Amino acid sequence: MTDQRLRIGAGAGFADDRIEPAVAMAEAGAVDYLVFECLAERTVAREVQARQADPNAGFNPHLCARMRAVLPAAMRNGIKIVSNMGAANPAAAARATIEVAADLCLPRLRAAAVTGDDVTELVRARPDLMLMESGDPVASILPDLVSANVYLGADAVLAGLETGAEVVLTGRVADPSLFLAPAMFHFGWDPGDLDRLAAGSVMGHLLECAAQLTGGCFADPTRLEKQVPGMDNIGNPIAWIGADGALDLTKLPGTGGRLDRRTATEQLLYEVHDPARYITPDCTLDMTGIDLVENGRDQVRVTGARADAPPLQLKVLVAYADGFIGEGQVGYAGIGAVERARLAAQVVQDRLRRRGFVYDEMRVDLIGCTSLHGAASGPSEPYEVRLRIAARCRDRAAAAAVGFEVRAMHVNGPTGGGGGSVASVRDVMAVQSLLIPRELISLGIEVFGGRQP
Amino acid sequence: MTIVHDLAHARAGDKGNTSNIVVVAYDTAGWHRLQRDLTAERVAAAFAPVGAGPVMRYELPRLSALNFVIENALGGGVSRSLSIDPHGKALSALMLTIDMPNPE
Repeated sequence: MTDQRLRIGAGAGFADDRIEPAVAMAEAGAVDYLVFECLAERTVAREVQARQADPNAGFNPHLCARMRAVLPAAMRNGIKIVSNMGAANPAAAARATIEVAADLCLPRLRAAAVTGDDVTELVRARPDLMLMESGDPVASILPDLVSANVYLGADAVLAGLETGAEVVLTGRVADPSLFLAPAMFHFGWDPGDLDRLAAGSVMGHLLECAAQLTGGCFADPTRLEKQVPGMDNIGNPIAWIGADGALDLTKLPGTGGRLDRRTATEQLLYEVHDPARYITPDCTLDMTGIDLVENGRDQVRVTGARADAPPLQLKVLVAYADGFIGEGQVGYAGIGAVERARLAAQVVQDRLRRRGFVYDEMRVDLIGCTSLHGAASGPSEPYEVRLRIAARCRDRAAAAAVGFEVRAMHVNGPTGGGGGSVASVRDVMAVQSLLIPRELISLGIEVFGGRQP
Repeated sequence: MTIVHDLAHARAGDKGNTSNIVVVAYDTAGWHRLQRDLTAERVAAAFAPVGAGPVMRYELPRLSALNFVIENALGGGVSRSLSIDPHGKALSALMLTIDMPNPE
């Protein structure tokens, strides 16, 4: 590894990720960029609802805590920050970041908000667009539509970086693009240079789930090959990428976890369907020629990524209200625990039917037996079992009745039922996808802060 | 009796109502057995009881890895699923329980 490389660290891999690994990288000055990927498929829709309740909300709830923890060392060491923590309100996220910076006596800090991913009005005006999962026109869900957000590409993040801002905050951007953009910006890569886009995209894909590359989601205590040291302090991955696209992965020395061929292979194929055609807004990535070579302790070299042209259409996630899910749990132990849980499940279902409630779908889980693998579960007769009943329906009262009737098992069910949960009801935010031509997208950039001290 | 867990490790990811599970061999001998015998049909049979399928299989010989794409594995999709594990993270463990035929 040489000094000519750009160093990009994964600050976070999901909305509620740990904060310490990013702070450690910033304080060590081990990276040039910290990229925080914090937006799952449903998250934008939740934040749209938060924004509707409060125009200054709608961004990642941990944004201020993360900025407060990481900004002092990041600014001291010249580290720029890129994140999709802007969620449904990048401008409010940028303003909040500037407020945190002011508190930290960093008045010169600038934060750029990147917008253009919100295509809700565009989708409303095109009821003929087809939903990819159900095959129905989008008109079928328009009355319940909450949000529609297109996956922006590296060009959107690049536009934010070109303002010179130290912090770039976006809403929906394809995860690999968040990491590719700093490399394009730093090296001046041409958007048509597919070899370099391939290297930068595979870097982003490997880093976007942070510790999942460095020993997270990996440990299996029953296998010698699957031991993970220092799990209490797993270090997040760092990519070293060259102007030519040469790519090495590592992590901060002294942190826990592990980075090797095994961890990198699991993450390379994570959430990938056809490895020869992994589509991002920037390119169509072909992973089939990739080699992963260990170059020392916690060092992996990645070669052989190729790419074809990006798609002409971009993917949009549409989120819509889709009824309610009600749920309740109660526990049984000792002799006949499973039989009593099954009897309780029958009684609850009979009572819900007697009350006239109808459900689109109902699920009975015996936690400890069949809750995770259903009918594929192996045989077992546990000492204790927890009954869980969940159901989805259009009627909130019917959903609420599920947990209510499960809770009633305390006094109205089989013998020895205890630990009933408080009945829960939640709104269902369903998500489907559709495609729109990329020329319909218009980016917006707004810069905040930069006050002279 | 050999199971996949003896030969390989695995990770599950989610997109909509589809789960993908990567299976990575520990060594070359294990890779050859997986490549020959851990067919899409064998995986589909193991996942049929949870209502999942069809199954597509992709080979990555340079990485000694197979990628299985299993449709309808996530109870209607992460956002609508009634499952206690809507992302299907635990489905990698189901993959590792699959019985392998004896080598010839």
